[in-house]
Amino acid sequence: MLWLGGAAAWAQAPAGNEFDTAVASLPTASYMEKEVLAGQIARSGHPQAQALLQGWLDGKLHADASGHVWLEGEGGYVDPASGSAGKVEADDLEKIGTNNRLRKALKGVLAQFALASPAASARIQAVREMRRELDESAVAALQARLPQETEAAVKHEIELALALAGLQAGEPAQRLAAIASLDGDRSAEVYNRLSQMASGDEADADAAVRNAAGAAVRSIESWRSFYQGVETLFFGLSLGSVLVLAAIGLAITFGVMGVINMAHGELIMLGAYTAYVMQLLLPNHIGLALLLSIPAAFIVSGLVGVAIERGIVRHLYGRPLETLLATFGLSLVLQQLVRSVFSPLNRSVQTPGFLSGSLQFNDLLSVTWIRLYIVLFMLIVFAALWLTLNKTSLGLKVRAVSQNRRMATAMGIATSRVDAMTFGLGSGIAGIAGVALSQLTNVGPNLGQAYIIDSFMVVVFGGVGNLWGTLIGGMALGVTNKLLEPWAGAVMAKILVLVFIILFIQRRKQGLFPQKGRAAEGH
Amino acid sequence: MTFMERLLAWRNERGAFGFYAVLLATAVLVPLLNLAVPEGSALHMSTYTVTLVGKYMSYAILAVAVDLIWGYCGILSLGHAAFFALGGYAMGMYLMRQIGTRGVYGNAEMPDFMVFLNWSELPWYWQGFDMFWFAAIMVLLAPGLLAYVFGWLAFRSRVTGVYLSIITQALTYALLLAFFRNEMGFGGNNGLTDFKEILGFDLKAPGTRMALFLATALALGLAFAAGRMITRSRLGRVVQAVRDAESRTRFIGYRVESYKLWLFVFSAMLAGVAGALYVPQVGIINPGEFNPINSIEVVIWVAVGGRGTLYGAVLGAVVVNYAKTWFTTVLPDIWLYALGTLFVVVTLFLPQGLVGLFAKLKLRRGAA
Repeated sequence: MLWLGGAAAWAQAPAGNEFDTAVASLPTASYMEKEVLAGQIARSGHPQAQALLQGWLDGKLHADASGHVWLEGEGGYVDPASGSAGKVEADDLEKIGTNNRLRKALKGVLAQFALASPAASARIQAVREMRRELDESAVAALQARLPQETEAAVKHEIELALALAGLQAGEPAQRLAAIASLDGDRSAEVYNRLSQMASGDEADADAAVRNAAGAAVRSIESWRSFYQGVETLFFGLSLGSVLVLAAIGLAITFGVMGVINMAHGELIMLGAYTAYVMQLLLPNHIGLALLLSIPAAFIVSGLVGVAIERGIVRHLYGRPLETLLATFGLSLVLQQLVRSVFSPLNRSVQTPGFLSGSLQFNDLLSVTWIRLYIVLFMLIVFAALWLTLNKTSLGLKVRAVSQNRRMATAMGIATSRVDAMTFGLGSGIAGIAGVALSQLTNVGPNLGQAYIIDSFMVVVFGGVGNLWGTLIGGMALGVTNKLLEPWAGAVMAKILVLVFIILFIQRRKQGLFPQKGRAAEGH
Repeated sequence: MTFMERLLAWRNERGAFGFYAVLLATAVLVPLLNLAVPEGSALHMSTYTVTLVGKYMSYAILAVAVDLIWGYCGILSLGHAAFFALGGYAMGMYLMRQIGTRGVYGNAEMPDFMVFLNWSELPWYWQGFDMFWFAAIMVLLAPGLLAYVFGWLAFRSRVTGVYLSIITQALTYALLLAFFRNEMGFGGNNGLTDFKEILGFDLKAPGTRMALFLATALALGLAFAAGRMITRSRLGRVVQAVRDAESRTRFIGYRVESYKLWLFVFSAMLAGVAGALYVPQVGIINPGEFNPINSIEVVIWVAVGGRGTLYGAVLGAVVVNYAKTWFTTVLPDIWLYALGTLFVVVTLFLPQGLVGLFAKLKLRRGAA
């Protein structure tokens, strides 16, 4: 019985008498008296004390007509002191009741037992439970535990509890010391307690203590706003990553090829639906299905892209406005197709375990894994695309054709094949973006529409024909949007960003990073 | 001038004549069938149909506006629905003020949605809309001013082609988001509706409906005539030169951006008028009218009819919208397939639209 060691450390009276008397008085005691009795039982150090208190809290402690107390166990009713079974009928028993206040006290007392639990997580839980009601016995138990504690995390929790208890100390000097010892702790618990002391109805009687508490509160507040800023920045980066992912395929088709593909959003949507279908095919391996849907979406959207290029876009080179209209018509057809096949309702794609939850940096800052992964994923996709365009022979041909089509033809490059491949590449990337988006929003027929205008904005803002421009443009727009949100509201922030881009294009129509040289004149 | 172009020009003359004839016939026949032919007769035209034809005609005015700017000047505006909706909202605000104390809350000054939002007084930009003449001026001024500011910025810095298309789309998208906000004071999501009367006449009465129909027919006739006057004037020729060779026109010494700007503003005002005629007939205006898709749909009407000919734009607006009405009642699921395919087929195979198709058929028959 491991808990005995801990319990014995603060038990003064020898086991036996005190326990028996307290238990015997239970049936007739008032709630106020029961609270005192609970403390006596805990301090008695009796081996059955914890079991009895736990049973009491669970509503399994009863008394018969003669005033004898019975504990309801697995197999029947037992005597709490000896543990021996007794012959009693349930009908003859009356439950020893509890009320809210008493239950709270019982929890606190039981937490003192749990303080000796072998599992560190249980000990941390116990300290946190005790912090709710820091009476003398709790403080004594914590002080006794502190020197024995080996786990640093538990030690930290105990020290915090003792410091919080110190805030209630009688002497102002002690309270000041407690405030000083809390320096650096920025949890909500400490913040609430200190702000209570600093001002309001329960403010501390001593002016020096009030001032110290106020200073501590202000320090926490400034840290809070700092971390809020960090969080906003991070939200902005993750929104920016989404924008870059959605736009980067367009940066290829529009930026490099100069083709306006209004069905780009629908290629994203097809990627998202691919993720949905993969999960239907592999219902027991959600994570694997999601990973497999990345190449699958690239292939699906890529093939659709090649078909669009061969079927429509090829016939309209040099007539960008007509391309815009034809691909817009195609986007309507694709949306309706998805509605007919999958229903017009939104479908939800499940999030695998390794993407859910959040990463806790400290008391004030935590970020969800999914947002972190989106940023990482975007960087990987970007790097892969950059390498494809700059380090492979396909990339070389793509750049050659986009810079000087006739010269490229003269050099023996099969330009029309390169066009189809380039369009397929941009479309496939859109499909991959769709897989990422399936983890962030509902998958529905209108998914693509929501991103098409934003995507064009990012590409145009960043500078057509420039991958780095798309990356920086998307990130800048994402961060700006999130920075504006707190004081302008989500919709207004979006409107302001749109107006900003409209005005920006008037001043620099080539975007942030204009193409230089001959290629620029063609656009 | 190639033979095809000459044929188109000749057809343009004949087309314009045809347009006036058809419009006049509609303006005479529709009231006759609606009012003179007794109900129950096979030839009787219901008030619902009258309003439907009126709606098509307001769309036709919008199509003329888009054709002027796209077909003649080569500026593909994907934001004309915004000008249409602004004109519509200006008219809607007048109609809202006409409701007066008949609203649910019975507030003489403020529309119901403002009372609902606990606003204490009418916002400044709603002042004056209780007077029809003021609203009528705003129908022209609001879209015109927006087009002027936007066009001045865009054309002066020589934003052209797809860039211009995309930023016009961004413009209407931004307005869509803005008008959805309740704080804007335009009824938010629900828009403006539940109108009672216009100029003291009950909006539901068949007589008022007929008057609105005739007003729309007259406006369409005037818009068409004005469009023809502009395209046949010296201004119109310069504008077409800009469409075909912008740099060359500039080098010859024309201030290209001024020509573009004035045509853009005129086109926006025309779209505003179309919206203002549309709203009392349909009975509602909401932010959905700003949807970028609506703007693109107008472009496809013009493309289907035949851009560069005003009567082609009118023809396209009526044909596509009639098809839309038919499909959405008979085969609602097929409509988007049909519309989408229409976009693809027209751009790939019918660059001159139906008008071009007729011309080609005629040419073939002449050759045979």
